[in-house]
Amino acid sequence: MDLFGISFLGLNVVPIILVIAGLVALRMFFNLNTLAWMAAWWVGLYLMLSNGITVPLPGSIVGMFMGIITLALLVYLTTSGEDLEATKDFMVKFFTDSRYSPALLAFLVLLPSLVAYNVYTGMTQQPQAPVFGRTIHPPPPTDITFKGKKIDLVNDDNPYRILKETDPDAFAAHVANGRKVYYQNCVNCHGDDMGGNGMFAHAFDPIPASFKDPTTIAMLQESYLFWRIAKGAPGLPDESTPWSSAMPAWEKFLSEEDIWDVIIFLYEYTGYEPRAKEELH
Amino acid sequence: MDRRKLPFTIITIVVLVLLGITVQNVMNSWSLERELMGPNIEAAPDAVTPETPHTTEYRTFPKIGSRVAIWIVAQLHLMFAAFVLAVPMFALIIEYIGYRNGDKKYDKLAYEFTKLLSVSFSFTATLGAMLTFMLMILYPKLTNYLIGIFSWTFFPYVLLFFAEAGFLYSYYYGWGKFSPKVHLALGLGLNIVGTAIMFIANAWLTFMNSPAGINEAGQLVSMWDAINNFTWMPINIHRILANVAFGGSIAAAYGAFKFLGATTEEERAHYDWMGYIGNFVAISAFLTLPFAGYWLAKEIYAYSQSLGIVLMGGTFSWLFIIQAVLIGNLFLAANYYLWVSMERIDGAERFKKFTKYLLAAIAVCFLVWATPHSLVASVEEARSMGGSHHPMLGVLGVMSAKNTAVNIMILTTYISFLLYRRGNKEPTVSWSRTGNLIQFSIFAVVISFVIFLGVYGYFVDTATRVGLSVPQVLSVLFAMVSVTAIDVFMYKNAKFKGEMRWGQIPARAQYALFFLAITFTWLMGLMGYVRAGLRQHWHVYGVMRDTSVDAFTPTLGFAAGVVSVTVMIFFTFIAIVFWLAGLTGKKDWEEDKQLETSSGLLAEEA
Repeated sequence: MDLFGISFLGLNVVPIILVIAGLVALRMFFNLNTLAWMAAWWVGLYLMLSNGITVPLPGSIVGMFMGIITLALLVYLTTSGEDLEATKDFMVKFFTDSRYSPALLAFLVLLPSLVAYNVYTGMTQQPQAPVFGRTIHPPPPTDITFKGKKIDLVNDDNPYRILKETDPDAFAAHVANGRKVYYQNCVNCHGDDMGGNGMFAHAFDPIPASFKDPTTIAMLQESYLFWRIAKGAPGLPDESTPWSSAMPAWEKFLSEEDIWDVIIFLYEYTGYEPRAKEELH
Repeated sequence: MDRRKLPFTIITIVVLVLLGITVQNVMNSWSLERELMGPNIEAAPDAVTPETPHTTEYRTFPKIGSRVAIWIVAQLHLMFAAFVLAVPMFALIIEYIGYRNGDKKYDKLAYEFTKLLSVSFSFTATLGAMLTFMLMILYPKLTNYLIGIFSWTFFPYVLLFFAEAGFLYSYYYGWGKFSPKVHLALGLGLNIVGTAIMFIANAWLTFMNSPAGINEAGQLVSMWDAINNFTWMPINIHRILANVAFGGSIAAAYGAFKFLGATTEEERAHYDWMGYIGNFVAISAFLTLPFAGYWLAKEIYAYSQSLGIVLMGGTFSWLFIIQAVLIGNLFLAANYYLWVSMERIDGAERFKKFTKYLLAAIAVCFLVWATPHSLVASVEEARSMGGSHHPMLGVLGVMSAKNTAVNIMILTTYISFLLYRRGNKEPTVSWSRTGNLIQFSIFAVVISFVIFLGVYGYFVDTATRVGLSVPQVLSVLFAMVSVTAIDVFMYKNAKFKGEMRWGQIPARAQYALFFLAITFTWLMGLMGYVRAGLRQHWHVYGVMRDTSVDAFTPTLGFAAGVVSVTVMIFFTFIAIVFWLAGLTGKKDWEEDKQLETSSGLLAEEA
């Protein structure tokens, strides 16, 4: 049985328990000075971040978190004058007192070894595509031309949205049409439950958006979705490169009404409301 | 070498090395951009067409290009202007406190702050003139258009500038020469005029971001609407608060600078106190800034979804991660200063045990605040996450989590200040236990409420979620006001457990003040870039396109490099200001003494 596979609330239970047990044991059985205690915390938190979460964190995030943690630990170490003095005394003793010679020797061997190991693993890695800080929501233009008609992305709304209040039957017909459009065109990538897990999804990098995610369509106005669907990847703004998206420009295949309908369906299916336009003051 | 000067020397060397690296990086990126842009960047449009005022849209600035030149000068002008507008605000308040309680040390401190103003005012005016000339020379079409829209605002602007010079110099040179009431009135006049100047200038720049009062052809319809455009008032409020935070931090850095060079106990005590007051001003204003910033961002989104997305979700979203890291650092450094300062308060050691919990709260909130929504990941990492959002961390990348984190950081900083304030005091009122219990309950309830609203935000639509920030902010303000009110009464006739040993603060706290000043300045430069860069390829958003060779958004690294160089130039100028301000306290040069010294030396040599 893979003990490390025990997961609870997205956390790997065993590494977390081991780290906590290690810190408790250090506390109970060793009289560590503040510097050693900070080092133990640093290692423990690093192990938790790199092994304690079921879906591993990207290296960039672990690096950033460890940077912040290092800063916080340094703040703690230097806040108290007593601790700071004790640390300085210890450092001097560590380098000068013969009691610490074996430890110093180990340190002097270990430090360059770690650097060498890091260099070795870096050099022997398989070549990988460079990583980018990709932004999910590209900035939209103020207006677009759709089959010769100007669509104002700032002021225009979904023309059929109002039917929800004024003519529910007509609105239901638009939802039904949107459903048809979705399952004929979008399902292969965005999935039958809109989770971004359609049968083609994993051939793409990045994988298609999950509309169930509360940070995608729920945060956007409908005109934004119209722009993304109509213009697809070819219509992404130049200034926002690097963009990688396999989204087709659906204006070549769908009518304006179809696009507004599928937008309505996305919101009806997921239960989200489109982002309302804020009141201008 | 004097041991006390060692940190100075090390820091100077580090700064020089960093400056060298930054300039090298900026030059490299700039060369790369020139290479990528090809011959266009070299081909000045006016090289072919004979130049007349009506045909020239742009002129090229040598070497660094027009945009970078304007960028640096505008940023420097703004930094000095912010300082000149902010210092009189708290100088006046400190002077007023001294006038009310009769304690001369407040008056002395206010004067010390004001001493920094006169040279800074000259720098501001010179840089302002330089900016105006450069705009006219390098961007004649845009400048012409803006002058056409705002022509009538320039007259009051110039007149107010005259008035500001009058108020400032009479306030500074009239120190101790007028009755306190007249002097305070001069200070008040200085503040009113300064703020009015800023409001007018803000109208010009906010118009470029959110134009109003014009017709579809871009012609002026209503000047008041053009002034009172959608982002004018949010920027006004945001800038007032940011200026005070920035000005306070620079003044605190001045205190730290003087403290480290002080030779007597009295001087050390005075500059320790000055650093503390400057920092107190800076942090008090800083605590309100996230609210003002959020309001501004909300108004930008309300004005245009496109601008809102460019700002927070699109092109500039990664820049906000840098902003988060800087703000997290500001919170850490502000608290660090308070915790280290408590070493000079006898009796404050009883609060030392709370430090680690406060630090843990700030560190956790910092981690949440800095977590990006979409993560930088390799293909393999992204596949294992199922996209660019991590299933656990993804939820921390949106405003619900970030608002919650920043509100708790604000409260934590406030608690640090509360402990500092109580350092050497013991309440004597009979209800102190009940008072503490009520204060604790307020914190517990408000923190729970803030977290509850943060979590609740994930279950409501976006408009409601954005609206939830208001009760979060109000509850935090309620906690700070009510706890302060209780504390004031509870510690009214408090017993002193020990002394406040001004001047005996560890030097590392002073370096924290330098760090705060530099970080505030850097942050100001970065956010200034966002506000202007937000328009992308527009000079006036949606009205006048930027058709120059610079009509592209620079890389984040390049922008950060330009901001860093600007900050370094600013601090070089500020060092000059500090030096000049310090001259007034020096002893007069005496010819006889010089002659004596010279003849003594000659005699020794003979």
